[in-house]
Amino acid sequence: MRAGKPHRVLPGFPLALGYTLVYLALIVLIPLSAVFLKSASLNWEQFWAVISAPRVLASYRVSFGLSLLAAAINAVFGLIFAWVLVRYHFPGKRIVDALVDLPFALPTAGAGIALTAIYAGNGWLGQWLEPLGLKVAFTPLGILVALIFIGLPFVVRTVQPVLEDLDTELEEAAASLGADRWQTFRHVLLPVLLPALLTGFALAFARAVGEYGSVIFIAGNVPLVSEITPLLIITKLEQYDYIGATAIAVVMLIVSFILLFLINGLQFWANRSRARS
Amino acid sequence: MGAAVATHWAARARRFEVNAATREPAWVKGSLITIALAFFGLFLLLPLVTVFAEAFRKGWQVYFAALVEPDALSAIALTLLVAAIAVPLNLVFGIAAAWAIAKFDFRGKQLLTTLIDLPFSVSPVIAGLIFVLLFGAQGWFGPWLIEHDVKIIFAVPGLVLATIFVTFPFVARELIPLMEAQGREEEEAAIVLGASGWQTFWRVTLPSIKWGLLYGVILCNARAMGEFGAVSVVSGHIRGRTNTLPLQVEILYNEYNFAAAFAVASLLALLALLTLVVKSLVEWRGRQPLNVGQESQGVSA
Repeated sequence: MRAGKPHRVLPGFPLALGYTLVYLALIVLIPLSAVFLKSASLNWEQFWAVISAPRVLASYRVSFGLSLLAAAINAVFGLIFAWVLVRYHFPGKRIVDALVDLPFALPTAGAGIALTAIYAGNGWLGQWLEPLGLKVAFTPLGILVALIFIGLPFVVRTVQPVLEDLDTELEEAAASLGADRWQTFRHVLLPVLLPALLTGFALAFARAVGEYGSVIFIAGNVPLVSEITPLLIITKLEQYDYIGATAIAVVMLIVSFILLFLINGLQFWANRSRARS
Repeated sequence: MGAAVATHWAARARRFEVNAATREPAWVKGSLITIALAFFGLFLLLPLVTVFAEAFRKGWQVYFAALVEPDALSAIALTLLVAAIAVPLNLVFGIAAAWAIAKFDFRGKQLLTTLIDLPFSVSPVIAGLIFVLLFGAQGWFGPWLIEHDVKIIFAVPGLVLATIFVTFPFVARELIPLMEAQGREEEEAAIVLGASGWQTFWRVTLPSIKWGLLYGVILCNARAMGEFGAVSVVSGHIRGRTNTLPLQVEILYNEYNFAAAFAVASLLALLALLTLVVKSLVEWRGRQPLNVGQESQGVSA
């Protein structure tokens, strides 16, 4: 054993780490770097022209705007959902709790055609909504519904464990000091839940931005109106415009990496405030 | 065990419901439960029920006819083949990564953990695109592959690669926190007492992580069989040759063959339900809540 090298009792470190790094490089890092290298064959003006074309800009508005809205809706309802699952007892709770993960487990193509069938003009809900002037399927509203579906578990499953770990003492102290339930929630509980809630929001947003399968069936995919950015990548690929597809992919990857970085920071904050409370 | 779990669940909620300081008025409780269940019914239950209702709308005969049709059968076979290659590879990787990260200290561990999560934050469409850029006709290795008559894109190897990419983190993400929580003492004791590395892994580590491992594999498998965006880019949609089940759903749906599309989708929905059942079983066995849906845990800090 050389000096300065920590003594390891357990075997297999070089093999395990070496295998991990090689596999990671071959499957993830080298293929991902292909996107950046390919886009380098464009100069800045060409790159900018591709990623700021009107149709592409419209797709960012659809993808990022609706993803934000869906994540915000999920933050509100996901919090209520997590609260109800932790705080109240009602019949069928275990089944409801297990099914929260359905959007993780149900393949997106199945979810996509099911949502379309529900909200289409002749669908279970569509037939009642359309006479009211509310068209959901094949409009941006349909995309929103699909993004709410796939994002919900992210918020519930990040908030739920924090709520479960929460000591009743905090609320007892607030109550003994004369706070009503709403004041306790607003000033005592919400600050404790906030890091987890924001993490869930960011995870739901990140997933929604890249989502493809559950969206394309219900979206209608009208250019400039209901066309999401991932679909635009596929459209360009089908036209053999590899460079164009790659340039848009670079924009999406950069956004994803920024989000990953943010989520890392949020989770660090969440774990720290959880350890403190 | 079921009864014990049920009482455990009820007791957890009752802790809050009997305490005046942590209890809401009945009307607040009632409205919150109503809102949550309405949201649940509208966004989770209704789509699930719709898949089966639409699949059986034209009766059992049409349902089964759609499933035994040659293109559907070849899609089932291809989906099973892709998962049978991708899942074991990611399983071996997951165990190796978790062993290195959870049982040893080294610099850059945090970075490595983040990089392992990377595929979760990449759009599935981009996951497909990267392999087209590498192995497509215009890709880096395209000319070489054409010269040697090897097909990756629009063929099975492309489907396998894209699937491995999107399911890459599942097993590792499940095992790393589990093995970190279990510490190293037991393995170190086994080694000190003269066990070999493999014996230690098989007899000490594996028994204590088997439920988490099972859940990671099940989740990895569900995503491998259900992946749509990434395989859609690399498949080329050749009927009977490069169509997996989710792609078959899309083709049937776009041909307005809704009953058949939903019949095939119902197989995927059954797979999802099976996954959730296994998840619940694993949770009850392990008692402590698992990293449910792991993606929701994202990157551990």
